[in-house]
Formats: sequence, structure tokens, C-alpha cells
Amino acid sequence: MSVPGSFYLTVAAVLFTIGAVGLLLRRNVLVMFMCVELMLNAVNLTFVTFARMLNDIGGQSLVFFVMVVAAAEVVVGLGIIVAIFRRRTNATADDLHILKG
Amino acid sequence: MLAVTHYADWIVFVIASLVVLSGALGVVTASHPVHSALFLIQTLFGVAVLFVAQGAHFLAAVQVIVYAGAIVVLFLFVIMLLGVDRREQVAAEQLKGQRPAAIVLAAVGLAELVLLARSNSWATGALSVGGAADGPGSNVEKLGRSLFSTYLLPFEITSALLVIAVVGAVVLARSPVRLSPDEQAAAAEEELAEQEQASLAAEREDATS
Repeated sequence: MSVPGSFYLTVAAVLFTIGAVGLLLRRNVLVMFMCVELMLNAVNLTFVTFARMLNDIGGQSLVFFVMVVAAAEVVVGLGIIVAIFRRRTNATADDLHILKG
Repeated sequence: MLAVTHYADWIVFVIASLVVLSGALGVVTASHPVHSALFLIQTLFGVAVLFVAQGAHFLAAVQVIVYAGAIVVLFLFVIMLLGVDRREQVAAEQLKGQRPAAIVLAAVGLAELVLLARSNSWATGALSVGGAADGPGSNVEKLGRSLFSTYLLPFEITSALLVIAVVGAVVLARSPVRLSPDEQAAAAEEELAEQEQASLAAEREDATS
């Protein structure tokens, strides 16, 4: 007896929401970044679920691309964080107001 | 024993879902970034189990190797390198009204998503457009066939993306160009001259006004 796809979709929706709430509530840039990873994983889970529900391997191929883009995003994002916070000691998003007019 | 094998799918699903969601809550609520990263590993493993439960074996392996093995280690490295491994006052609210607004928005979004997940009228409902996911052959074989035929061009473009990301990371993380002593002296002199000119200009402006 296999689990219906809607259950997986619901878990993915809850995971995405937790990630979004974390992104809105946390101020540590690194933790915000991890919350973005949570949201990406929720979307990956949705893709795999649809690949099973619609019997289509294309969903899994898309997850592959999402993972590649996520890896590139993490590398560049962490590079930016390191470049910004090399001179600062605290890493909260509230301290980043360089662009403030 | 029969009942256990009968409900094996459900048992795996429930346990993996609990692991995923508790890990996600841990990421959001942990006050220490290192704890958040460890909870993130927990979530990623749970998602890998859900992948296996749905027949995506290759993606589950990639999930563990790339996400839990590489990306989280990168996070931990940055946490250690920057020395930002200090606690954050999670309870303190800096922007007034942000927290209730965020939770209300999240609840609305979650309700919409769950409503959509419950409905059966997803998209066109067309089956196996990009090739069947079941049938004979392993998951790796079918995914490889799909990537190297239907998605060949996007697959090649990801190589360019990765090279660009590597170059970007190197440029961003590079320490500023170090000047030789002579050049440093010259730069300091130039700066002094500029400052003098600026102060002269300011004095002139004062005099005219």
C-alpha cells in the first residue's frame, strides 16, 4: 500500500512554510541561507512526488538541475557573506545598510 | 509481521516526515548557527529517505553526497572562519509587528498550498510526457537517458554555470591586492595630496560664500 502523493505534497508544503517563516524571522545571514535551502528541498520533494504521480522522469531531471543551481548559489552566496563580514564581527541582516540612501 | 510489511510504506513515510519537519523546526529555532547546520543535515537525510520511498534512488544519493556532504560542510566552514558562532537572541523582536505578520502570512500560504495539494486538478494531468518513471530499467539509467537526450542543452549549460560560480567565489573571497612598499608609499602620498586639495577647495568655497 503506497502513500498517496498528496501526503508528500502536504509535507513539502509544511517544509516550505517553515523555511519561509525562518527566512522572515531570523536575522543571522547564515541561518537565513539555511532556510533558503529548506525551501529548495521542499520544492525538490514536490518535483519528485509529481514525477511519481504523473509517472514522468522529467520531474527528477528538474531536481537534478535545481541541485546544481543550489550548489552554485551556495558557493556565491557564502563568498559574498565572507567578503562582507571579513571586517565585521556580527552577522545579522540588520547591520547591512550600506546601500541606505 | 504481515501487518508491518503491509504498512511499511506508511511507517517509512511517517518517520521520515517527522525527521524532516522536526529538523526544519530545529533550523529555524536553534539560537546557535552550528546547531542550525546540524539540524539542516537531519532534514536533508529525511528528504533523501522520502526520495528513496518514491523511487528516486539517484537523487537520494546526490542529496546525501552533495547537500549533506558538501553544502552543509561549506556552511560549517564559513561559520568557523567568520567567527560568527555566537548565539542570537531569537526571542528578541527588532522590527515591531514583523513576527505576527510573518506568521499570519505563512499560515495563509500554507493553507493555500495544502488546499492545492488536496485537490486533484493539477496542471494538465498528462502522463509520462518526458518519459516513463517506472517500467524496466533502473532509475539511474532512465534519469541518465533523460538528461542526455531531452535535457542535453540545459545539462551542458550547467557546466558553464558551475565554472562561473567557481570564478565568482574565487574573486569574492580573494584578499585585497597587496601593494609593494614603494607602491604603498606612492599611494599614501597621492592620498595626502588629494586631501590637501580637498581642504583647499573647501577653504576657497568658505571664502567665496
